[in-house]
Parts: sequence; C-alpha cells; structure tokens
Amino acid sequence: MNAAVNSGAEGFLHRFDGLRARLPGTRMPWVQALREDAATRFRSAGFPTRRVEAWKYTDLRPVSDAGFDEALSILGDSADLPAPLCDRRAVFVDGRFREDASTLGSAEFAVDGLAQRLPQLEGRLGSLARPQEEPLVALNTMLFEDGLVVTVPAGVAGGLLELASFASGSERPAAFHPRHLIRLEAGASLTIVESARGPAETRYLHNPVFEIEVAEGATLTHTRVQQEGAKAFQLGTIYARVEAGGTYDNFTLNAGGRLVRNEIHVTLAGPRATCHMNGAQLLRHGQHADTTTFLDHAAPDCASRQTYKTVLSGKSRGVFQGKIHVHQVAQRTDGYQMNQALLLSPDAEIDSKPQLEIYADDVKCSHGATVGALDAEQLFYLRARGIPEEAARSMLVQAFLAEAIEGVADATSRAALEAAVSGWWEPAA
Amino acid sequence: MLKIEGLTAEVEGKPILKGIDLEVPDGEIHAIMGPNGSGKSTLSYVLAGRDGYEVTGGTAHFNGVDLLGLEPEERAAIGVFLAFQYPVELPGVGNANFLRTALNAQRRARGEGELDAMQFLKAARARLKELQMSEEMLKRGVNVGFSGGEKKRNEVLQMALLRPKLAILDETDSGLDIDALKIVADGVNALRAPEFSSLVITHYQRLLDYIVPDRVHVLMAGRIVKSGGPELAKELEATGYASVQAAA
Repeated sequence: MNAAVNSGAEGFLHRFDGLRARLPGTRMPWVQALREDAATRFRSAGFPTRRVEAWKYTDLRPVSDAGFDEALSILGDSADLPAPLCDRRAVFVDGRFREDASTLGSAEFAVDGLAQRLPQLEGRLGSLARPQEEPLVALNTMLFEDGLVVTVPAGVAGGLLELASFASGSERPAAFHPRHLIRLEAGASLTIVESARGPAETRYLHNPVFEIEVAEGATLTHTRVQQEGAKAFQLGTIYARVEAGGTYDNFTLNAGGRLVRNEIHVTLAGPRATCHMNGAQLLRHGQHADTTTFLDHAAPDCASRQTYKTVLSGKSRGVFQGKIHVHQVAQRTDGYQMNQALLLSPDAEIDSKPQLEIYADDVKCSHGATVGALDAEQLFYLRARGIPEEAARSMLVQAFLAEAIEGVADATSRAALEAAVSGWWEPAA
Repeated sequence: MLKIEGLTAEVEGKPILKGIDLEVPDGEIHAIMGPNGSGKSTLSYVLAGRDGYEVTGGTAHFNGVDLLGLEPEERAAIGVFLAFQYPVELPGVGNANFLRTALNAQRRARGEGELDAMQFLKAARARLKELQMSEEMLKRGVNVGFSGGEKKRNEVLQMALLRPKLAILDETDSGLDIDALKIVADGVNALRAPEFSSLVITHYQRLLDYIVPDRVHVLMAGRIVKSGGPELAKELEATGYASVQAAA
C-alpha cells in the first residue's frame, strides 16, 4: 500500500472508497447517505488542528501521521479475555461485536450487535451525533462497522451490563470506529461497565461514538475503564440526551493509551434531569489524555456535577476543558465543576479550561481548579510510620483519587475502577 | 538504646542544634524540657529523619546503628517512633488501612510475617480496648476531622500497635485536657519494659506527673544546659526557664 495515502485524512478517505461496498448498510440508502455526508464533511475538515479552539491543547498529528488499516480487513482473535465483571457481557474485538465471546443470557431487554440490527435503526442511528461539527464523529460515521445496541423498555431495571472492548494486536495497525446506541425508555435503569484494552506493543486507533438516550425518569450509570495499550490512540465521543427527571452518570478512568481524548456532550433536555460527569486520569511517561465536556442545560431545575482528577508523572500531559452552557429557559440550574491535578514530576503538564456560558438569570453555577504536588508533610508522616517512600506516594495518590471513586455507588463499577487504579501504580514510574 | 554525641543541625541554613550530647539507656524514660524555639522539635525531627532538617555534625546511634544514615521508614522499622506534635491529616486514607500498611511494612522490613486483615483487626481491637478508644477510630480517614485530643490519641494507638523500642513524644501534651493527657500517659506507661525507652519532649511539667521520667534535660538555644532527676521538672515549674538560663 502506498504510504502517502495510508496516513492522514486522505488515508481514511481512500480506504473508505475501497470499503464502500463492504461496510454494513451498503444496500440501505439512509446509511449510504449518512456515510457520504460524513465523508464529504471529513474531506473538507480533515483532522482538527490546534488552531481549532476545542483542540488547542491536543495535537492529533501523531494520529494523522500514523498509517492504519480499517479493522474490517483484519480478523482479530478474542482469546485470553479477562474474566467477566458481571453476568452479562458484550465483547467487541477490533470494534466488532463478537457474539461467540459474549455472554448475554436472557433478560427483559435485548443486547445486539449494531451491524445485524442496522435495518431497524433508521432514524435512531445518527439522531444525536453531530458529524458536521466534529470531524472525528464524521470519521466514525463514514466508517462505522459495528457497535452495541441496547434498548431497555419502560420501567425495566436492566441491572448490570459489561461492554468489553479489545484490540487484537494484529501486525497491521488497525483503526476501528464502533457506534454504540443505548436507549433507556421511561423509568428504566441500567448500569454499563465499559472497559477498553489492547496489547502494549501495537499501534491502533479506537474511535468510538456513543449515542445515549435517557427518557423521563430513567437512570443510566456509565462507568468507563480505559486501559488501552501504551501505543494506542483512543478518541471517543459521547452524546447523551437526558429527559425530564432522568439521570446520566458517567465516570471515566483514563489510565492507558498514548493519546486519548474523552469528549462528552450531555444535554439536559427536560426539567429536573441530572448529570454527574466524574473521572480520573492517571498519566505517565509521554502519555497525553484530554477530557473535554460540554454540558447543555436546556431545561429548568436541572443539576449537574463534574469532578475530574488527574495524576501526572513523567513527561505526561493532561487536559481538562469543561463548558457549561445554561440556556435562557434553564432557570434554577445548579451546576458545579471541579478539576484537580496532582503533579508528580516537574516535566508533567496540565492544562485546564473551564467555561461558563449563562443566559438564564436564576442560576447557581460554580467551577474551580487546583494543581498541586504531593504534600511533603503527609509523605513524611507515612514514612515515619515505616511505610517505604514509593508505597507512601502510592497511598497518597490513591487517596487523591479516592474521593472521586468513592462517589461511584455501584459496587461492580467501583471494584473495576479500584483495580485499575491500584494496578496503575508501579514504583519508579 | 539511644546515644547522641555532638549533634548539630540546621534548618534552612540556620543552626538550631548546637552540639547535643544525650544518652538514653535501655528501659529509661527521659524528658526534654525547654522554652519555645530551643530546638526541641528539631531534635525530634532530626532523629526521625525529616527532609529539610540537615545534620551538620555529630552522631546519633540507636542500639549501635547509625540512625542518621537511615531513611525515615528504616528508622521506624528498627523501632524508632515519633509521636507528632501536629499529627497530619490524610484525607482519603482510612485509618485501618494506614495502620495495617504501616505495621506490615515494618514487619516485612524486619523479616517477620505480615498480618492478614483478620489478625490485624484482632490486634487493633485489643489495643483500642486498652486505650478506651472507640472502634469508630479505625473507620475514619487518618486524623481527618479529629479533634486535637483525638489526633493525639490516634498517635498513642499507632504507638501501641507498632510497639517501638524508642518512642519520641514531641509535645504530645500540648492542647490536651487532663483526660486525654492521662490516656497518652497510660499508653506510654503500658509500654514500659526493660527494652523500651522514651524521650518525652514537653514544654510543661504537667505530663511528667503521669509519665515519671528517670532523667530530665533542659534544652536551651540548641544545647542541653542542665540535667537532673524528676525533681528538676518540678523545680523548673516553680522557677521558670529564665533561672536555668541565668545559671547556665
């Protein structure tokens, strides 16, 4: 393959040309229209550069310079999967649903692969995602191959569902663009524990897009444990729309990957809707992780809480951008945003950009940011009790994160987060 | 147990200890008294190995081991315990986890077996009972939201669990009411044994009514200017430090 067209936006467009006839939905005009519109958009926009305000702190050149093959032509293996976290698990390998490796059982609601359900998804797929605004979402729309489709009927308590994504680590660097559709009907509930992993030595791109609908009085808890391989890129975008009295809780742990963007758009569309967006980023060496949130308060009496904590060692770089937009109708909005960073090395860097845009007059909205190092007194106290320095540092880092993780109510989610946090720390990182 | 010779130390380039000579034999409790700024806390931090307290001369040996060459955690593992004047709050670190991690780190360093959660809990409960403390103490964050008295009691609990050979109490009595003072004193007295020594640093004589020292040393301007028996503490209480200074 010609390296010149293998990389950059052109590489993706070139491969899209070749894959057109093989991607799911080839014979569905509405799918074709979505893909073609997205391709047109991606062709004109390309990868966002740092001149674009929303990408000021994250440079995508390592992604655009790298060459990839779409995973469609790569047959990954799903061997050596870690033990499931709960009874129901949907497994994805290189972005494709693997029913053979999944344990779905029977329940009051269906969990399916997107490719097989595509004929029934017209009007639903693409209802929230905005490829015209986000080039990476356009890229996903152009090339999506599969995804998770979950619909929890009205009033049903869906319990736990694990969404496990693995990169197989084939010799050719893979790029995969899953599209996940999650819908909770009125009064339904569901807890999704999502994990993303891949081999340490392989370069790959995981570019998922979520479209999440939370209807009146429904509650979705979404815990994400990102432990991609050390050379991996994960650029994920979530769109969530929460109707009256509904709740969307997102906790994202970014611990893996070389370059990671976690972008979340939430619209509180009905009165008394609530959203918690919390997360932790654990970064070392030359890792770069960017959490960018957009919270749209579009209805009155809604509440949102955001707390993000970032621990940085080595030459890592963390980014937090959080925008809260309070529409004129959104009276009595209660919004809170906090970003805290712990710098373990003089070469690490955190960039923080909170942004409040308020058009209503009866609003309680606050934000804050702190950056600090480990407290020397605390460290000495632990060491004076016999705890070796590295273990003492680890305890203090975990304590810094504990406040965020303790807030996760679901025990399975919390255990998955705690395991990832305690596994992250290695002496002399 | 502890032998300090000609010890000098400075903080931020300023000399604080100007030649300390002190020997605490096995099984003895020595008090160090002195006015504010005399170097009492500096001495305790130097012995515990805190960064920023730079030893510029002299030696300190603990059972023949050069204490000043060890990391703070190594000093703890061989049996040196510092009860802090201002115990540090550790939000997000549970007290039980902290105590067990410390105990097991010391045991590991000494080549002893570690305690599992159940064994630890059993040991901790026994110490709590002896010290008349509530088990709630284990569930909270280390010193987080503790009153001054609770923080000091938590220091005593740590001491009781870790069973050091040498306990250095840095003004543990400051800010304590009489009940808390008794608990601290009981904690030290409970450890009294032929192979246990203590260095009780205090500004006031009051604590020494409950922990009766074998020797009392007066520290002023970085030097020990006077030593004596327990009666010296009473004498100081009556005449103040100024009289010692005048005599010295």
